Amino acid sequence: MNPLVEVRGAVKRYPGVTALGGVSLQIRSGEVVAIIGENGAGKSTLMKILGGLVLPDEGEILVDGKPTIIDSVNKATALGIALIHQELNTLDNIDVAGNVFLGREPSRFGLMDRARMRSEASALLERLGLPISVDTPLDKLSLAQKQMVEIAKALSQNAGVLIMDEPTSSLTLSETDQLLRIVKDLRERGVGIAYISHRLGEVTQIADRVVALRDGKNAGDLAKDEITHDNMVRLMVGRDLDRIHLPAADSIGADRLIVRKLRTQRYPDCEVSFEVKAGEIFCLAGLVGAGRSEVVQTVFGTDPALGGDVTLDGVTVALGRPKAAIASGICLVPEDRRSVGLIVDWSVKTNMTLPGLAKYARGGLIDGKAEAEAAAAESTALGVKTPTIEAAVANLSGGNQQKVVVGKWMLQDPKVLIMDEPTRGVDVGAKAEIYELMRRLTSAGVAILMVSSDMEEVLGVSDRVAVMHEGSITGVLDNKDCSEEGIMRLAVGKGS
Amino acid sequence: MKALLRKETGLFVLLVVVCAYTAIRSPNFISLANIVNESRLIGMYGIFSIGLGMVIITGGIDLSVGSMFALLGVVLAMLLNAADNTWPWPFAWMNGRYLTWPFAVAATIGLGSLLGAFHGFLITRVKLQPFIVTLCGLLLYRGLARYMAQDDDKGFHEAKGFEFLKNFAKGDVFGIPMPFVMLIVLSIVMWFVLHRSVYGRHLLAVGRNEEAARYSGINTKRIIAGTYILSGFLAAIAGILFAFDTNSVSPSMSGNFYELYGIAAAVLGGCSLRGGEGSIVGIILGTILLQILQNLVNILHIPSSLNFAVMGAVILLGVLADQLLSNRRKPRTSVEALKR
Repeated sequence: MNPLVEVRGAVKRYPGVTALGGVSLQIRSGEVVAIIGENGAGKSTLMKILGGLVLPDEGEILVDGKPTIIDSVNKATALGIALIHQELNTLDNIDVAGNVFLGREPSRFGLMDRARMRSEASALLERLGLPISVDTPLDKLSLAQKQMVEIAKALSQNAGVLIMDEPTSSLTLSETDQLLRIVKDLRERGVGIAYISHRLGEVTQIADRVVALRDGKNAGDLAKDEITHDNMVRLMVGRDLDRIHLPAADSIGADRLIVRKLRTQRYPDCEVSFEVKAGEIFCLAGLVGAGRSEVVQTVFGTDPALGGDVTLDGVTVALGRPKAAIASGICLVPEDRRSVGLIVDWSVKTNMTLPGLAKYARGGLIDGKAEAEAAAAESTALGVKTPTIEAAVANLSGGNQQKVVVGKWMLQDPKVLIMDEPTRGVDVGAKAEIYELMRRLTSAGVAILMVSSDMEEVLGVSDRVAVMHEGSITGVLDNKDCSEEGIMRLAVGKGS
Repeated sequence: MKALLRKETGLFVLLVVVCAYTAIRSPNFISLANIVNESRLIGMYGIFSIGLGMVIITGGIDLSVGSMFALLGVVLAMLLNAADNTWPWPFAWMNGRYLTWPFAVAATIGLGSLLGAFHGFLITRVKLQPFIVTLCGLLLYRGLARYMAQDDDKGFHEAKGFEFLKNFAKGDVFGIPMPFVMLIVLSIVMWFVLHRSVYGRHLLAVGRNEEAARYSGINTKRIIAGTYILSGFLAAIAGILFAFDTNSVSPSMSGNFYELYGIAAAVLGGCSLRGGEGSIVGIILGTILLQILQNLVNILHIPSSLNFAVMGAVILLGVLADQLLSNRRKPRTSVEALKR
């Protein structure tokens, strides 16, 4: 029997990166295929190709053995392929029946056929074992229940293939159990399911087959009886890394930043404690969604802290106020450079001087010359490639934009520089410059707290690595004890 | 910055064309009496339009200023005239009492700023939408004005005891009407505040990208609340001038629609309702253009019923021209961005 869907040698290139370098995948009727891989291995791109959101540059897709081009979501739907996103696509202000039939409302005499919608939707909910009324507005439902509604919607379109992108990432344990039960039930009915998850425990429970991706390529498959935690970790890692050679820290000093029992909004029940020493690069590693960015944003004060305290050189830092954090010497290079790191249509100069404008002012009025000199000096020191410091940062490359963000904090003389994904979207040359700069800073006694999902960066740049898993630190490793496999083991959670 | 300069230049050219056309059609337009009268009106409208402009630069809106003129005017008249005013409940204890003019002026300006602070509090702390908050202000203050005055016009009559205040408000400096002089002084101060001061830079940053401003350590709430206080403060000053200009305040009519004149002037002058953009020169030019258009309707004997229609049409044309010009510029920049 032909597989329901087959992908052969799919290639997808984006400017500067190859997201997929020839990936193949088969989904058969009545099986759950788990797709695993590190951050950036290409899982999401592969799923988007199946869902009609992205067209591959090369390779072919076969549906029921016939070559097919899936160039839109509607096409995918018509072929019976439904994609359930990480972020849900339900409308909170509409009831369950309305969401299930959104965009395909049955009508009679030009009016919505409510009776038919309700009866068909309730039949679907019953099939899924979901004890809610079809008249419930979605904002009354839990995340898990909303996800079930998405599944019901997919079933109402007679989907034979269900693609689930990290469906359990924001569910509680019992909700996860409920979802897994439904997945198993759908499998009994012959639906083919592609299940992407970072949670290897779930995968072990549910998958009939595991397909591992690494750097946009197939890294190997596991049959049902081979699926073990260790086998999966082995497949996900083990690539040849271009080691980044950064000179080791020359003098690591005393604890500079001490974080104690910090609780963030994302994981209110987890307490995070760690310390960063003067002169070291301390990295928070882990998978996407482990709560690393939330920790650093809470330390910096842009996210509210639910508990815990932060001290810098023994002095307590007020939480929840970025201004206080900056004043005490804590600066953040945020992950989302374009929307919160910079005002992109402002110039290099005005972006760089924004946090410390008062330094270039007398009596509240800005001394334009002093401001321009400071920005020009910093821009030259960091090697920002821009025609003038008056040019808008929107016109700069990613690497140069990142240098502007770093420069803005250099002008503040940071004691602790937090860098969230410091080289994301940055070209190779600028990457090396940023690493060198980080080392120069630590040599001058600055403590760097880095969040990184890039394994080469984690291994090559950090002096110490703390690995996070679902809101908690599962281990702290010295650079010399670090291996990709060791970090991955901690990142997927030891016991699960 | 460059785009803004172009906007101001465009507005200036439009203004010159409108003035030249009117002057050719009717020499009355450039008579001394008309120019003096126009500059007085421009002064009063300009003062509160600057406050509104600052609010708009943060991405907010203040719909309450027109009603504030009525409420503050009524309060000022009642504070100054003890004899012929009866205060309603719960202010009955004020009957027979009055304030000397410096205190009355201080109280009026203080009340305006306080109302602004109230808006700022609701918007930044309670996180209500500016449109809703100030729309409620528009209704609330109009109603309060009518209640306080018991729907009677409140006048200043012979201005006994506060002749100085009246003479000041209606006076001139070397023939230039006082409101216009005040607008010039205010514009210079506000030009420095918006375009040269730390506060102004922070204001533009908050308007352009509030999150990025917050991540740069700017207290965005304080900046935003500050603009509403400024708007209330300037509305109070303009309100006092309007009150003396007509020498009486009608609680139901005074200041009707004036917030829209201010918003129109700011938008014509290059303030984006999305925030982050705007200049003092632009706001002043916008105010002048609006007043000239009203004047033109009178002077050219266009039926005065068309007053609003003329203003609406010109604003629409101005905004349309700007949109078309900036659309023509856009595709080129996006191609450049792709090349990189």
